[in-house]
Amino acid sequence: MTPLRVLALSGSLRSGSHNTELLRAAAAAAPAGIELELYEGVKQIPPYDADDDGGADRQPEAVRRLRAALARADAVLVATPEYNSSLPGVLKNALDWVSRPLALSPVRNKPAAVLSSSTGGFGGVWAAAETRKVLGALGARVLEDTVAVPQARERLAGGVDDELAEQLRVVVEALAAEVREREAAAAA
Amino acid sequence: MTTTQQQTTALPTGTWELDGVHSSIGFAVRHSGVMTFRGTFGDYDARIADGRLEGRAQVASVQVDDENLAAHLQSPDFFDAERHPEIRFSGRETRLDGDRITIAGELTVKGETRPVELVGVATGPVVDGYGKNRLGLDLEARIDRNDFGVSWNAELPTGDRMLDDEVVLTANLALVEA
Repeated sequence: MTPLRVLALSGSLRSGSHNTELLRAAAAAAPAGIELELYEGVKQIPPYDADDDGGADRQPEAVRRLRAALARADAVLVATPEYNSSLPGVLKNALDWVSRPLALSPVRNKPAAVLSSSTGGFGGVWAAAETRKVLGALGARVLEDTVAVPQARERLAGGVDDELAEQLRVVVEALAAEVREREAAAAA
Repeated sequence: MTTTQQQTTALPTGTWELDGVHSSIGFAVRHSGVMTFRGTFGDYDARIADGRLEGRAQVASVQVDDENLAAHLQSPDFFDAERHPEIRFSGRETRLDGDRITIAGELTVKGETRPVELVGVATGPVVDGYGKNRLGLDLEARIDRNDFGVSWNAELPTGDRMLDDEVVLTANLALVEA
């Protein structure tokens, strides 16, 4: 049976990112039959400029790679930190590129979920809400299922514990259930 | 007037097919609190058979004057065309008072089926320029879009919401006796 593919996008670029760690932990916690691919090319995506946007198949190479990875995926899992009460520019920029043109967005109708973490007390919930809003605008089937990790420095000091891994597994399972429902509807 | 016009007490018997060229269906919703935004559907059908009005519209055919908005309307935020490609109306009971018509029936949007009333004006039947019997229905229904799971909204800087909950569905139907 073909594994169900989830593309994992981190809104944080730094190597020790808590959010990237959440995605790696989600990959490890995913049940058999679900593969999470951590997308590594967000940093290479240039700032959006309509002058460089020649259409879905004529965008810069780094954007086309992301488009292709999203097109291959059955679902999308984003983990985002919170910058100034919202999602980071690099993440928004990547999503803006793949939203053009909107009717050809590779996340269109794809199940998507958003995780967040922050070193503060709220776990990036506003950034997650904004990211959900943006994914909805791109046409994704956005789930409310989420995990928000506050005080991430302390909480993740010893890595992702079993309780958190279980919460991540639940979100991945929810994505998978939505993918299966979509496939069943398409086959009907 | 050279055409003959008769007063009806209900939708006529027989089968009446849509004249799509001279008909339109659409929706209107208050936008930004100040104006009415309208959209239409290009691919739809309606007919009267056995005194009952039935209609359906393809969500993919929604027509608005912006390609990004058109794409957003297809998405799960709005109509979710992938999962629910069709909007349907099935008339159950018709009441006529002069030319004022009320058609009670069931509307299905985004997989949710709810009772609604279409109200408006019925004109005819008349014999048209081609010798066919022709009936006009100008109908509207007021619905709360949240009842059908079409709940997307955005907050304006004032704290108000961009879109009203109430949506007016409109159907201006020219129907010709088969």
